[in-house]
Amino acid sequence: MNGALEKSHAMQLGDIRRAPMAATDDYVLSVENLNLFYGGAQALNDISIKIPRNRVTAFIGPSGCGKSTLLRCFNRMNDLVDICRIDGRILIDRKNIFDKDVNVALLRRRVGMVFQKPNPFPKSIYENVAYGLRIMGVNEKSTLDDAVEKALRGAALWDEVKDRLGESGMGLSGGQQQRLVIARAVALEPEVLLLDEPSSALDPIASAKIEELVYEMKEKYTIVIVTHNMQQAARISDYTAFMYMGDLIEFGDTDSIFITPKEQRTSDYITGRFG
Amino acid sequence: MRNWFKGGEPWIWMTAGAVALSLIAVYAVVWMTAARGLVHWWPIQVAETIFTAADGSKTRLIGEVRDREEVSILRLRESGYRIDTTDKFTTRYLIKQGNRDITGTDFKWYPAPMLGEFTYPKDMIAVERREWGHFYGHLKAVKENGRIVAEGPAAWNAMRDRLNRSNALFSEILGIEKHEIGKLNYELERLRLNQRKLELQNRLDDAAKRDFDARLAAVNAQFGALQARLDALRAQIGRDSFVAEVMDGQQVEISLAKVADAIMPNDMNVFGKIGHYLSKFVEFIVDDPREANTEGGIFPAIFGTVMMVLLMSAMVTPLGIMAAVYMREYAKQGPLIRIIRISVNNLAGVPSIVYGVFGLGFFVYFLGHNIDVLFFAESLPAPVFGSPGILWASLTLAILTLPVVIVSTEEGLSRVPRSIREGSLALGATKAETLWRTVLPMASPAMMTGLILAVARAAGEVAPLMLVGVVKLAPSLPLDGNFPFLHLERKFMHLGFHIYDVGFQSPNVEAARPLVYATALLLVVIIVVLNLFAIRLRNRLRERIRGLEGV
Ligand SMILES: Nc1ncnc2c1ncn2[C@@H]1O[C@H](COP(=O)(O)OP(=O)(O)OP(=O)(O)O)[C@@H](O)[C@H]1O
Ligand SMILES: [Mg+2]
Repeated sequence: MNGALEKSHAMQLGDIRRAPMAATDDYVLSVENLNLFYGGAQALNDISIKIPRNRVTAFIGPSGCGKSTLLRCFNRMNDLVDICRIDGRILIDRKNIFDKDVNVALLRRRVGMVFQKPNPFPKSIYENVAYGLRIMGVNEKSTLDDAVEKALRGAALWDEVKDRLGESGMGLSGGQQQRLVIARAVALEPEVLLLDEPSSALDPIASAKIEELVYEMKEKYTIVIVTHNMQQAARISDYTAFMYMGDLIEFGDTDSIFITPKEQRTSDYITGRFG
Repeated sequence: MRNWFKGGEPWIWMTAGAVALSLIAVYAVVWMTAARGLVHWWPIQVAETIFTAADGSKTRLIGEVRDREEVSILRLRESGYRIDTTDKFTTRYLIKQGNRDITGTDFKWYPAPMLGEFTYPKDMIAVERREWGHFYGHLKAVKENGRIVAEGPAAWNAMRDRLNRSNALFSEILGIEKHEIGKLNYELERLRLNQRKLELQNRLDDAAKRDFDARLAAVNAQFGALQARLDALRAQIGRDSFVAEVMDGQQVEISLAKVADAIMPNDMNVFGKIGHYLSKFVEFIVDDPREANTEGGIFPAIFGTVMMVLLMSAMVTPLGIMAAVYMREYAKQGPLIRIIRISVNNLAGVPSIVYGVFGLGFFVYFLGHNIDVLFFAESLPAPVFGSPGILWASLTLAILTLPVVIVSTEEGLSRVPRSIREGSLALGATKAETLWRTVLPMASPAMMTGLILAVARAAGEVAPLMLVGVVKLAPSLPLDGNFPFLHLERKFMHLGFHIYDVGFQSPNVEAARPLVYATALLLVVIIVVLNLFAIRLRNRLRERIRGLEGV
C-alpha cells in the first residue's frame, strides 16, 4: 500500500498503538478476569486468556458456550447490545480497551472482524473493499485502487472479480461474499482479525479456500477463529481454546489440546462424545 | 363442492374479483372525467328553430343543443303547454342560447313537441365574448368606425382579419397592464414601504425625503407614459365592430374589443374543428381564467398546485426523515418512544380541516403576525405574512403529511439488517458514518415511498387550503419577475379549490360543468405526473442500492 495511507493509518492509531512492552510482546490481546452478563444471565465466567501475536488461535466449544460473545468483546461489538454488562479487562498493548478514553472506531480498525454470515454492503465490490478506507478519509483514487487490489489479492478473490469491480457485492456467491468481507477487513491492515465461523455457510471447496487464506494471512495478522469443525481447528490453528458454558476450560497449543488434553471435558468434546 | 372450497378455488375467485372491481372503479373515474371534460372544446353546431310558447305565440330560437331527457307529457300539460298526442313521454332539449345580456338566461329546457324543425344556417356565428358569455346570431355586416366595410358572405373573412388585429392589440394591452404596470405598482409599494420604514426608525431626514420624492416622480412619469400608450391602444381596439341578427330578429352591434374568439360552427370542416379544439385546449392550460373562472384557462391554478406541492415536499422530507432517524436510530426504544410512535400514526387519521384550523390559528395568526411585527412593521396594519399565503399552506400540508413520511422512513430504517450495520461499525465507522454511508442510502427508497404518498395526499387536499391561502382568483403568481421573485406570502390558486369554485360557486353552473370535469382530469394528470416522477427517482435509487452503478 502506498505511503500516504500508511502514514494516515499510523497517525490515527497513534493514541493506542504504543511501543510494545516486554511483558506483552508475544501477546496482542490479554483478557483478565472477564465476566459478561446479558441482563441477569452470565454468559462469560471469569475468563483470562492471552492471544499470541501472529498466530492462529481457535475457539472451540458447544453451541451457546460463549465463543462469539468473547470474540465480540475484543472489538467491543457488544457495546451495541443494550443489556450487555462487562467487568474485567482486555489489554491491548497494556491499554484496557474498556477504558473511557478509548476510541472505539480506532480499536475496531485495529481489531477487524468477519461475521458468521457474510454481510456485504449493497454497494459495488470496489466500494465494499474501499469502505473502511473512505471512512478513514482516504479518497484519492490511485491509493484506493491499489489498496482494493491488494486487499482482494490478500483474500484470494482478485482473479475472480477483477473484471467486475463495479458490480454489486451482493451478486457474488456465498464463498466469494465471505472472501469479500475478509478483503474488506484486510484492507484496513488490522493487527488482529477475528473470524466467527467464517466457513460455516460454505461448501467444502469454498471453506478449503478460506482455510488456505487463513494459513497465508497469519504471517501478517494475528487471527482468532471460532469454528465448530474439529478438523479445521486442528489443521489451521496454532493454539486452541476450549470453552464450555461460559468457562474457558483449557487453552494451549493445538497439538497438545487435541492429542493430550488435560481435561476430561475437552477430550469428550473433541472426540465427539457431546456438544 | 367441499373439495372445491378446500382447494382454495373460491379464494382465488374472490381475490381476483376484488382486483377487477378496483380496476373498474379506477377506470370509471378516469373515463368519466375524460369523457365529460375533453369534449368541452369541440365546436357544436348552432341550431335554429321555432318555439311555440304556452300561450301559442311563436318565437325564433337559436342555440346549441346541449342535453336531452325524457319527461312525462302530463307534467308539460300541467305547466300550460297544449300537446295533442296519446304518448305518455316525450323528449325535452337543453338549449344553450347564449346572449345572456339579451335573453337573461343561458340555458333553458324546451319540450320537443313545441319546437319546429332544426336547421343549421351557414351564416351562424358563435362568438366567445370577454364578458357576458357566448353570443349566437346571423352575421350581417362588419363595421369600421361605424361605417360598413363588408356585408353578407364577405363579412366573415373581414371579421376574422379584424378579430386577429383586435386580439393582438388586446394582448398588448394586457401585457402592459399585467407586467409593466404591475412592476411599477410593485415599485411604488416598495418605495412607500421603505419610506415608512425610515420614518419608523426616525431616519427620514430631508435628504432622504428628497430622494424618495425624486424616485416617486420618476416612477410616476413612467406611469404617465404607459397610460398614454394604453389610451392610444384602447382607442384603436374599439375601431371595429360587427352586426348580427339574434333570435328575436334584432340587429345587435358588438365591438370586436369585447370578442375573444369567433367561429362559424355550421360551416366548419373536421380539420377546422380539430384546429379550434386544440387551440382552445392550449388556451385552457396556459391562459388566465376569465369571467369568474368559467371561461379561459386555469394556468394559475396549475402553477399554484404544483408549486405548493413542491414547497411542501421540500419541507416535509427533511423534517420527516430526521424525525424518523431519531426515533428509530437514536432514541431509547422504551414506552415513551412507543407512545410517540402511536401518536404519529394517529396523527395521520386526523381530518384535514383540523390541520387547516391549526394552520390558520398557529401559522397565520400567531407566527405570521409576529413575523410582521418584527420584520414588516412598515406595512402594518396591512399584513404580509399575517394573512393566508402559499408558505403557510405548504407548511400546513407538510404537517398534514408528516406522519406518512415518518412512518415510511421508519419502516425503511427498520428493514436495514443488523448485520449490515455491524459490518460497517466493525470497519471502524462511527454510528453517524454508518447512518450516512449505509443505512440512509438503503432506506432511501422507503423515504421516496413516503414522499410519493405525501404528494398524492397533499395534491388532492382542498379543505385545509381554503383556510390558509387558496383563493378563487389570485391577482399574481407566487413566482414572478419582481424582486425577490419568490413571494411566499402571496395567496394562490389551486386546482382542487378551482373545481369546487367553478362547479358550485359560479354564477353560471351549467356552463361551467364541463370545465369542472376538465379541471378534475388535469388534477389527476398532474398528480400522476408528480408521482411518476417520484417513482422513477425511487427506482433509480433502488438500482443504485443494488450496487449496479460503476466504480
Ligand atoms: N444479544 C444477546 N442477548 C442475550 N443473550 C445473548 C445474546 N447473545 C448471546 N446471548 C447468550 O449468550 C450465550 C452465549 O452465546 P454465543 O453467541 O456467544 O454462543 P456461541 O458459543 O457463539 O454459540 P454458537 O456456536 O451457536 O454460535 C448464549 O446462551 C446466548 O443465548
Ligand atoms: Mg457464535
